[in-house]
Amino acid sequence: MRSLPTLERIRLFGRAGIEVVEALGRSTLFLLHALLGRNGLGSGFQLLVKQLHSVGVLSLPIIIVSGVFIGMVLALQGYNILVDYGSEQAVGQMVALTLLRELGPVVTGLLFAGRAGSALTAEIGNMKSTEQLSSLEMIGVDPLKYIIAPRLWAGFISMPLLALIFSVVGIWGGAMVAVDWLGVYEGSFWGNMQNSVNFHEDVLNGVLKSIVFAFVITWIAVFQGYDCEPTSEGISRATTKTVVYASLAVLGLDFILTALMFGDF
Amino acid sequence: MQTRTLEIGVGLFLLAGLLALLLLALRVSGLSVADSADTYKLYAHFDNIAGLTVRAKVTMAGVTIGKVTAIDLDRDSYTGRVTMEVQKRVDNLPTDSTASILTAGLLGEKYIGISVGGEEALLKNEGTIRDTQSALVLEDLIGKFLLNTVNKDSK
Repeated sequence: MRSLPTLERIRLFGRAGIEVVEALGRSTLFLLHALLGRNGLGSGFQLLVKQLHSVGVLSLPIIIVSGVFIGMVLALQGYNILVDYGSEQAVGQMVALTLLRELGPVVTGLLFAGRAGSALTAEIGNMKSTEQLSSLEMIGVDPLKYIIAPRLWAGFISMPLLALIFSVVGIWGGAMVAVDWLGVYEGSFWGNMQNSVNFHEDVLNGVLKSIVFAFVITWIAVFQGYDCEPTSEGISRATTKTVVYASLAVLGLDFILTALMFGDF
Repeated sequence: MQTRTLEIGVGLFLLAGLLALLLLALRVSGLSVADSADTYKLYAHFDNIAGLTVRAKVTMAGVTIGKVTAIDLDRDSYTGRVTMEVQKRVDNLPTDSTASILTAGLLGEKYIGISVGGEEALLKNEGTIRDTQSALVLEDLIGKFLLNTVNKDSK
């Protein structure tokens, strides 16, 4: 290792770079093939419904429970700080803006990566290692169309919806704590919220964020499964990669999107 | 049967998502349906804008009738020019109406209050409100107060 010549090091560095670029290219091609391949509806719709169920509906409990608790905690913390300045009515506006702009899309994204993303990777990886994917190809069925595309679409559709539900449930939890428990006047709680929240700038930008996150998370999850080494170790590594990459991508993209949306450039 | 319950679950999920968007629009952001289309523009020049922001509301007798859409500096007169969009149905503002920058509560946000004048002629689209009252700047007030006490002492 010590005596590695400089040229050899540069070569290894170059190979690592080429591998990254290759993986990016492979995953882009894979995405394009899956999404743009002949999308005959019909049986495809059935497949999509099934995936929507396993990706979206089954993620609902964790999203709702964490949404309520995060909303409640935000209201509690916000109240404790704002009450010092005598402006505890602003707690509604604080909870709503925090949830809509940041926590809704981001926390949903992280939970979605952990709950649905890892499952997608493991499922597709297992299909690959038991050679179900190649047998599909053998009998003339395109696995990209029958296995991958419905999962991608299910992820794209369900995550923004989950983020919306998360925000609503969180605001409800916040209202419960602030109004019913801490005694903030209900009229000013909702009134301040409505005055400060703008539908286009806050709600729709939050939805846009969650759409971007949905795209990235599902893409990473499905591609890691499809591209993994077909061994049990490979599957476990791919699942870990999915969660780590997806979480990092969500947090990094969140900063960029926030800067673009709210940063006043 | 299995797919039926599955489809019902998915249907409920999609409905819940759309309902959530509707709730956020109506309950949280207070979006009203007929909003931006039926408005006309008014300008007002203020000596001091001090804290007024875009999207601040424009009120008359405490009722919101529009919002501030732009704030910029008028280079020639060195005043701040505020562009407001006022609802079409409030089209009977006399030309000598007064626009003043008010504060909601002690530390609340700034908004514009319009009080009616007595002129017969009415403000039209792109019209300018001449009579304005600038924002109350706390430092100026304190300054005046201090000056008063100093003057009294010297007498």
